Amino acid sequence: MVTIETFGLEKTYRVGFWRRKPKLALRPLTLSVNEGEIFGYLGPNGAGKTTTLKLLMGLAEPSSGGCKILGGRISDPAVRAQIGFLPEQPYFYDHLTPLELLNYFAALSAVPAKDRTRRIDAALKRVGLDEDAWATQLRKFSKGMLQRVGLAQAILHEPKLIILDEPMSGLDPMGRREVRDLIEELNHEGRTIFFSTHILSDAEALCDRVAILNRGELKGVGVVADLVGSVNGNVEIMWHGAEAASAIRARGFEVHAVGETVRAVVPESEVDRVIDTLRTQRAKLVSVTPMRTTLEDYFVAKIGGPAEVAR
Amino acid sequence: MTRRIGAIAFNTFREAVRDRVLYNLIIFAFLMIGASLLLGQITIGVERQLLINLGLTAISIFGVLIAIFIGIGLVSKEIDKRTLYTVLTRPVQRWEFIVGKFFGLVGTLVVNAGLMTLGFFIALMYLMHGLQSSDTSILAAIYFILLEFMMVTAIALLLSSFSTPIESAVLTFAIFVVGSFSEDLRNFAESAKGSTHYAALAFSYLIPNFAAMNYIAPVAHGSPVPANLIAYNTAYGLLYAGAVVCAASLIFQNRNLK
Repeated sequence: MVTIETFGLEKTYRVGFWRRKPKLALRPLTLSVNEGEIFGYLGPNGAGKTTTLKLLMGLAEPSSGGCKILGGRISDPAVRAQIGFLPEQPYFYDHLTPLELLNYFAALSAVPAKDRTRRIDAALKRVGLDEDAWATQLRKFSKGMLQRVGLAQAILHEPKLIILDEPMSGLDPMGRREVRDLIEELNHEGRTIFFSTHILSDAEALCDRVAILNRGELKGVGVVADLVGSVNGNVEIMWHGAEAASAIRARGFEVHAVGETVRAVVPESEVDRVIDTLRTQRAKLVSVTPMRTTLEDYFVAKIGGPAEVAR
Repeated sequence: MTRRIGAIAFNTFREAVRDRVLYNLIIFAFLMIGASLLLGQITIGVERQLLINLGLTAISIFGVLIAIFIGIGLVSKEIDKRTLYTVLTRPVQRWEFIVGKFFGLVGTLVVNAGLMTLGFFIALMYLMHGLQSSDTSILAAIYFILLEFMMVTAIALLLSSFSTPIESAVLTFAIFVVGSFSEDLRNFAESAKGSTHYAALAFSYLIPNFAAMNYIAPVAHGSPVPANLIAYNTAYGLLYAGAVVCAASLIFQNRNLK
């Protein structure tokens, strides 16, 4: 079953004061996210990820096209009741404590009064927010703590679909790991996760499928397992013995040495000859590893390199 | 629906109660009531009149200032701080948000006015060594002030739904001032001729008639408040505020959030 479906979703803003020029934020986007998937929405900063999420959540009106979420329209409160949303760099009422804030959101999300305390405690524990901070006003929170509160409010009402805009933003390495584990856990419970990120390692570790967006345009959609597993025809060779480095360099290969350990990447067809040279030079072979494509390779290929992003 | 509006109203009330601006204004209002008490003591014969005039004016002015200062940020602050994102992506209708915000601030103003009224009556009892039955008309004048707060809140909310806080503050205050002289505007319309007559008449009916809500001077002179005036002002205040809140909801319904 398709959970999110967009048909030619497009957004144009008008900028300027007198002569308001149109600025295309999102070119017609047609995309579908299946039930039970973890779907990564990738793109450099300013690619149009947040605009897409705002259109999906009904916070902005599309200039043309539309979308269906969980089989209905986002304007339907019954559809919104089944979605958990974390905005980018979430801001909350800083005069409230996490307990008060979640109580407020629980009331708005029709969580039965008798279940509220249990669900709020469970959500806050699940996102790893220290219990000492539960009754502290949010104005005293760090960015990472606010991000955890943001995640708690997104899962509080046990939604079927969770949409997260840069969920790892502001988190330290341990926090990022915990959030990754939480996303996997939520997915194992049967929830569909759609999240935007520009951190490719997070997407590679978590996602079933990814879509790549650049300058408002969808550049590709693919299954992560297919994209990152394939051998790309090069082999990484590592050895001990700096003396052999110049012999390999003389064969025209790029060589990187750190202390005694040397690394070279060579085409598959050259591996035997390079190993022979290393033996002749009495170098100690450490590893011979076929190189595999990463999500980063796919990403760079799709967006056309750093120059295309900056343009 | 009622539960969601109630939750938004309570959150608005709680935010206002935790805001320092509110306490600063309340302290000023109490200081003004205290000052009118002192002035009353050095005046012969008109102590009661002076205290009622100054005391109720303090309640009115500071309440209107609270309504403007908090009201102008009700929607625009939520858009600027993006706190709205996590509210409107829940099963909340945009009009419920506007109505909840309105009731939250009106509730805050009622509680504040209640506290200031208590302070005022303590001052009155101290000055006059007790209360008299005609003092009940003071409560009617305070009730009109509450209706005035409700209308100012609705206007601030309407302006806040499409303009910046500074523009909203200036415009709300301007409307409050013009509305306080609406009777003069109507008199002008009556004496004017041709298109000026119709334009002035339409404008005088469009702006809120705050003059009708100001019954402080007659009450200070001991005049009773006619029952039909209470009924008329109640109907007018509720209808005017209701229409303005509906307009705010309609504007906010189609607004793109940045």
